[in-house]
Amino acid sequence: MSDVDLAPEEVPVHQALGMTDEEFASVQDILGRDPEPAELAMYSVMWSEHCSYKSSRAHLGRFPSDAPWVVVGPGENAGVVDLGDGWYAALRIESHNHPSFVEPYQGAATGVGGILRDIFTMGARPVALWDQIRFGPLDDAMNRYLFNGVVSGIAGYGNAVGVPTIGGEVAFEECYAGNPLVNVMCLGIMKAEDLVYGTAGTPGTIAVLLGNATGRDGIGGASVLASASFDEGSSEKRPSVQVGDPFEEKKLIEACLELYRRSLVVGVQDLGAAGLSCAASEPAARAGVGMDLDLDAVHVREGDMTPAELLMSESQERMMAFVDEAKVDEVLAVASKWEIDAAVVGTVKAGSDLIVRHEGAVVATIPAASLTEDAPKLHRPYGEPAWQQDLWTNTLPLLQVPNLKDALLKLLDDPSLADPRWAYEQYDHMLFTNTVVEPGHDASMIRVKGTDKGLSVSTDGNGRHCYLDPRRGGARLVYESALNVAMTGARPMAVVDNLNFGNPEKTGVMWQFVETLEGISQACEALDVPVIGGNVSFYNETDGVDIFPTPVVGMLGMADPMPTDPPRLDQVSDGDHLLMFGPRGSRNLAGSAFEKVMHGHIGGRPDEPDPYLAKAIIELAAQLACSGKVPAMHDIAEGGVALTVAEMCIASEVGATINFSTWIGLFAENPNRFVAAVPAEHVESVLAMAEELDVPTSELGRFGGDVISLQNGSHESTEIPLAEATVTYRTAIPRRMS
Amino acid sequence: MSVAVVVFPGTNCEHDVVWALDDLGVDAELVWHRETDLSSFDGVVLPGGFAHGDYLRTGAIARFSPVMAEVERMAAAGTPVIGICNGFQILTEAGLLPGVLLENRDLKFICRPIHVKVEATDTVLTRAAEPGQVLQIPLNSYEGNYRHADPDLVHVAARYCGPDGAVDEGWNPNGSIGSIAAVANGAGNVAAIMPHPERAMETILGSADGRVMIQSFVDSLEPARV
Repeated sequence: MSDVDLAPEEVPVHQALGMTDEEFASVQDILGRDPEPAELAMYSVMWSEHCSYKSSRAHLGRFPSDAPWVVVGPGENAGVVDLGDGWYAALRIESHNHPSFVEPYQGAATGVGGILRDIFTMGARPVALWDQIRFGPLDDAMNRYLFNGVVSGIAGYGNAVGVPTIGGEVAFEECYAGNPLVNVMCLGIMKAEDLVYGTAGTPGTIAVLLGNATGRDGIGGASVLASASFDEGSSEKRPSVQVGDPFEEKKLIEACLELYRRSLVVGVQDLGAAGLSCAASEPAARAGVGMDLDLDAVHVREGDMTPAELLMSESQERMMAFVDEAKVDEVLAVASKWEIDAAVVGTVKAGSDLIVRHEGAVVATIPAASLTEDAPKLHRPYGEPAWQQDLWTNTLPLLQVPNLKDALLKLLDDPSLADPRWAYEQYDHMLFTNTVVEPGHDASMIRVKGTDKGLSVSTDGNGRHCYLDPRRGGARLVYESALNVAMTGARPMAVVDNLNFGNPEKTGVMWQFVETLEGISQACEALDVPVIGGNVSFYNETDGVDIFPTPVVGMLGMADPMPTDPPRLDQVSDGDHLLMFGPRGSRNLAGSAFEKVMHGHIGGRPDEPDPYLAKAIIELAAQLACSGKVPAMHDIAEGGVALTVAEMCIASEVGATINFSTWIGLFAENPNRFVAAVPAEHVESVLAMAEELDVPTSELGRFGGDVISLQNGSHESTEIPLAEATVTYRTAIPRRMS
Repeated sequence: MSVAVVVFPGTNCEHDVVWALDDLGVDAELVWHRETDLSSFDGVVLPGGFAHGDYLRTGAIARFSPVMAEVERMAAAGTPVIGICNGFQILTEAGLLPGVLLENRDLKFICRPIHVKVEATDTVLTRAAEPGQVLQIPLNSYEGNYRHADPDLVHVAARYCGPDGAVDEGWNPNGSIGSIAAVANGAGNVAAIMPHPERAMETILGSADGRVMIQSFVDSLEPARV
């Protein structure tokens, strides 16, 4: 029978490998015979949800992905955009949700390792990482364990491999308790001439496997772990989690970058999910060639590995380089210099068959393209869930004015809203001396040495909004992330997204997916920002309960030239005017942090974002950030105006007076708004810039003093001592984690 | 003048050091850890990172890299040698500086700006600074907790402090004995610091206070040759 020992004997092998009976029949159809064990292993991983995007592929074409500055769109290892003056940037986002639940440190660590390889596979040096992590509430020990493990894993791998982690998001919500989300994004920079593709080249090209030895770790990671739901037996899947070695990856990065610089490779492909199966078949399929792969040449960590194990292993820190025969010796010398292992494992052949040999025998003969192009493409049924309309009408009657001091302090104490430095101060976010705007701001910005350019990135997710309205929620994430990068003076130029959803076999989950995609697409079209890549993570479901639909949008923006003194949260001065840009007077608290934190309520329907206003307000923010007239600006998001201003006050150690007409306006989260601290002498010209772009403005109050004062006209005021707000905000996470 | 910036497998701050030296008009060259002749260089920097993955113990393997015998020879001859972060750990492992560096008191990696107060100014890291000068410099390490059996014997170049220069346990980020942040050998030509002065060279990155330390090293280069 099989040489893959993954299941009790009574289950058919293909099912144990995560394949359906229909998929098995398609394999029989393609080959015209029953597959050999090694062949079945390859199909099982390559046709998994994780690798083939079989549930989502039919929809992903909706994303707008073209723009004159797009060099490489979706489908390659990473998206690439042209920054001008001969510079390219590569961007990619990936999820490592399930491995991080099963083993948080290694799951998160190898997520970092994997995304780095996607970037340097394209020829770029990875220069910055962002992490989007979501867990269940911190009052539960399991969630604290996962949060601590994931942050340690990101720090342990990212710091040691030598790539700064300069931003991200930390959020806590009940729906992630059985299924945390760990998304990681990487940005790389390269000279245009260093761009490399994942192609196998022409017949005669030699395949050289670089890096780590292959072992039994991570077998079935893509098919068994990443493409199925969780239940009580999940910890038994721990052997499917890979183990990372950042030191090996660091050497691999430097070796590969030297190979590119010296033009020694035709193409490269990293070994991630599906390991050798993927690294052999995808480049061959892209180049329209076949390949002869010799498993006996693969350097291994342990003996007696079967062909199926060798083909499925997800051992980390490996790369396949495709090299002209005449340059093989030079490639091996580069590997030797950087002290990494290398082995000639294959030869590109004419035709289309991937032929795999082991101990002198042919163990697989399959059309390379059948592993990718013939993968199932499902048109899963979808429809609005029956409960969706009920959610919209389930609004909270808020007739009483709350205790405003209590409300603001509770928001500041909520771990999703509180100071996240407990996490990001464990990450080296300063390496490479490029970090101009560090974590803790709306977007982080790095400079590109040798140019005047600054690259700004924001990653944003909001499960509650997307649960209440996936289309509006998805669109709002795009606008929010675009406004965030504008806060540093950058104009948005490209999006990558990580689509975290529940079980796609449920029509409601598929509906959420399709609606989200539509929302993101519409917003990207409105802003003329292409989607250059993404990742889909389905089956985020434990014991039948799906997570909130949680797309994460990563927005890349560029400021050229970069402002010499971009606005920062800690640059507010006593006496600065507090101006708000964008509409005021919202009465909608649907999906807000206020309703969640104060009432445990999630219901109603968030406002629809106005694309015209979004465009104007993003442009205004970028202009103001570059004007030198606005020392501090902050996007209004979760927690509304009250929390936004409080964060500026805490960072700058200066109080504020906020005038309001309806208390709901303090906490509403309607989109396309930001606040700024403006010195008196610049107020007039700043307001004129807003008027020029038809952006509504209002003067909310003044910064100064040592209290945050919420004033309703002249008769009522609530004062929160800044010192109390600061301690609450700073200690919310450390207190729970100690 | 030119400076050798040693690159071990796993080193990652080498380009930042080159950038900083270049900013001060000094030629710096990356030198692979297998190099055994540095005689053409006027000074040596062991930059930060994770040499040999920090496996076994920080600096424990790096100290046996082929280049280290040459670094030891040059240090003995009076050539300026500085270590930053992981470079500090390697220099203590190699016995070129006293003491050891353990895991941080709170067992967490620390990445944030801190303050140090310059103490001795007869070292290649501090000669351009004033005694008592307070510098804001980023700390980025997991094993930064300096230990020595008799700290009174240590030639201390700088200690952790508050923004106003107060040296006390409240401002000690990692548990270092006596809040020691930077040390030197007796002659002052070998010195090392746990925080990263090369990351504090420009106000756009938050602080330019590290310049005086890198400048100290640069100022030391010529006298060492005569």
